[in-house]
Amino acid sequence: MNVFRDTPFGVKHNMFKILKKIHLAPQVFQYLLHAPDIAKKALPGQFVIIRLDETGERIPITISDSDPVQGTLTFYVQAVGKTSIEMSLMNTGDFILDIVGPLGNPSQIDRFGTVVLIGGGFGIAAIHPIVRALTQAENKTISILGARTKELVILEKEMRTVSTDVHVVTDDGSYGTRGLVTDTLQMLIEQKEPIDRVIAIGPLIMMKAVADLTRPYNIPTLVSMNPIMIDGTGMCGACRVTVGGEMKFACVDGPEFDGHAVDFEGLLNRLKTYIPEETEAKEKYLKDTGGQCRAAKVSQIYG
Amino acid sequence: MGKDTQRNKTPRTSAPEQDPDERKKNFQEVSLGYTPAMAQLEASRCIQCKKPKCVIGCPVRVAIPEFIKQVAEGDFLAAARTIKESNALPAVTGRVCPQEDQCEKHCVIGIKGEPLAIGKLERFVADYERLHSEAKAVEIAPSTGKKIAIIGAGPAGLAAASDLAKLGHEVVIFEALHKPGGVLFYGIPEFRLPKAILEAELDYLKRLGVEIKVNYVIGKIKTLDELMIEDGFNAIFIGTGAGLPYFLGIPGENLNGVYSANEFLTRINLMHAWEFPVFDTPIHHHKIFAVIGGGNTALDAARTALRLPTTEKVMLIYRRSREELPARLEEVEHAEAEGIEFHYLASPVDIKGSNGWVSEIICQKMELTEPDTSGRRRPQPVENSDFPLKTDAVIIALGSGVNPLIAKSASDLQTDTHGHIELADPDINLTSRLGVFAGGDIVTGAATVISAMGAGKKAAEGIHHYVMNLEP
Repeated sequence: MNVFRDTPFGVKHNMFKILKKIHLAPQVFQYLLHAPDIAKKALPGQFVIIRLDETGERIPITISDSDPVQGTLTFYVQAVGKTSIEMSLMNTGDFILDIVGPLGNPSQIDRFGTVVLIGGGFGIAAIHPIVRALTQAENKTISILGARTKELVILEKEMRTVSTDVHVVTDDGSYGTRGLVTDTLQMLIEQKEPIDRVIAIGPLIMMKAVADLTRPYNIPTLVSMNPIMIDGTGMCGACRVTVGGEMKFACVDGPEFDGHAVDFEGLLNRLKTYIPEETEAKEKYLKDTGGQCRAAKVSQIYG
Repeated sequence: MGKDTQRNKTPRTSAPEQDPDERKKNFQEVSLGYTPAMAQLEASRCIQCKKPKCVIGCPVRVAIPEFIKQVAEGDFLAAARTIKESNALPAVTGRVCPQEDQCEKHCVIGIKGEPLAIGKLERFVADYERLHSEAKAVEIAPSTGKKIAIIGAGPAGLAAASDLAKLGHEVVIFEALHKPGGVLFYGIPEFRLPKAILEAELDYLKRLGVEIKVNYVIGKIKTLDELMIEDGFNAIFIGTGAGLPYFLGIPGENLNGVYSANEFLTRINLMHAWEFPVFDTPIHHHKIFAVIGGGNTALDAARTALRLPTTEKVMLIYRRSREELPARLEEVEHAEAEGIEFHYLASPVDIKGSNGWVSEIICQKMELTEPDTSGRRRPQPVENSDFPLKTDAVIIALGSGVNPLIAKSASDLQTDTHGHIELADPDINLTSRLGVFAGGDIVTGAATVISAMGAGKKAAEGIHHYVMNLEP
């Protein structure tokens, strides 16, 4: 059911209900949202922009799943900043003020042959729908799930259902192979696995390492950019990324780009723009809401 | 005749303004507007031309002499009704229209003296009505049973929506952002157009029965086909406005501290970054800003930057001279009084940084050529004239290109080489697709609020005739 917020100037404001929220791993939460119009159109690789309330910021979130029949969207949020922590404290039945989407271009789904999909940590949630679509399109899909430690390997079961092969790597060796996702990719390349395409989604530093590894082998490699964004429709230019020496906007030209052409250094720098302000906002939020109940929840998040 | 001559000699009534030293520290409106007595005095200067030229200068053809006469007679509410017959947003246009290039440019008493202050009077009337009349339902024509979709709640869309609703059509506006208003909300700052005034004008549309749906990016969530076939809209108006901001294409544009004017103004106006951390969206605390460009957006960005609490200096860099500034003279004078530092005949060639942040901008001096056949003096670089300006933020206000989202999702919509939507019939703003009309910046490229409203009104007329002639 849609709830309309009555506003003073004729705007029918369709609010979005959280149908289900699951605490999946330390700091990682899964949300099932009621957003029927977006669910009808969402495709793998696309994202939404959400704003929690009237004073909220607009943040982009990758759509991990959508059900056009039920009218639902699934996405995952890692509670690291003010907005994501606030969201992690919301519950089933709560409403999100604004969700706009689906934004960005969908992943290209074709019969490529063999595709290696690499999800780093929280990025696993983003590759899941792409793996499923590529498998359905009769590709051999090899997924590499990387995380710092065992409990951060999310969606393993779901990935095993949709992917031809699944490799798990952890930094500390607490689960799967000890090492980095690039170690496994290197191994596959050395085993002469005929890789037609690589898609990597995760921390910038990981995506850069993957692109650096595949470059000498000329394996087409796509990475998904998640830069600072405001409107998400091409208007503000905050999400600009240099690709092959040209300025691109992640929201309308991306979010996926040729990993061999992306200027990762430039993007790494731009992502640092608001670190002091993000820290300030987060600390203020934790202080302001430091009542018994919420503080307890916050300590649960940070384990 | 004698009476008219005397009227010509009465000087134009100036409206009080906030003191520059005060206002540069706040976001409150700069111009304070007329009192009723001032308005009546100014309105009495109008000579009520038989063939009023001012109206010709108005893109939406407001019945100017009529409303001025009503003001002179003290019937301010009647004046408001007169204006609203052709202009749904008078409190907005009274503030942001370049009247000196439109109605007031044609004012006959301006030939020998100063033209009538039509813009300030329009603003007065709209403000008076807002404060003094009860919000009540507006009279509209009986329902036609036709449904019209408007894409974009900016000036073009709002003007089209208002006219179509008055004609009895069911009107739904789809807006991509979470607030309606388009550039009036995200672009024009509070000190030029208070948001409360915009919201009051939007309330008028509500009373006309217009529905505004926010968070709808047409082209993504729905295509034009789906709007017409599945949702049953009989016609569509596209008024999505300006799109992707232009950058300079010089080294250093990806340094931190470089913003498009769109990003900078959106952070402040739409997202309230100046009230961080009460609002979540931040803007970095810069001390010195360099704004590139000379249009109204550049001036808005510069004056907004000046009002941020940590700002010490704001420079505006423009490649031509003061005379060629495209911004309104009033805004330029306001900016000068507030202490914006203007650097004319200079063009940026490089943005230098340290630790990933902007540290200085290198400009080269420009000179103006002799006027060419069109009378225009082009700027050209002076050899070896590079000079640095220390700054820690750069705001690029060079206009914007086209937003590709709708055209990309509708292959049968014809666009020109730049991506602007092409009109098959410019008299009614019809596109290459039957039942789909367009107007404003998406058709013409960046222009003014009022010209977009004019296009919206023209399209509304076309849409009305189109839907009324459809087979039932």
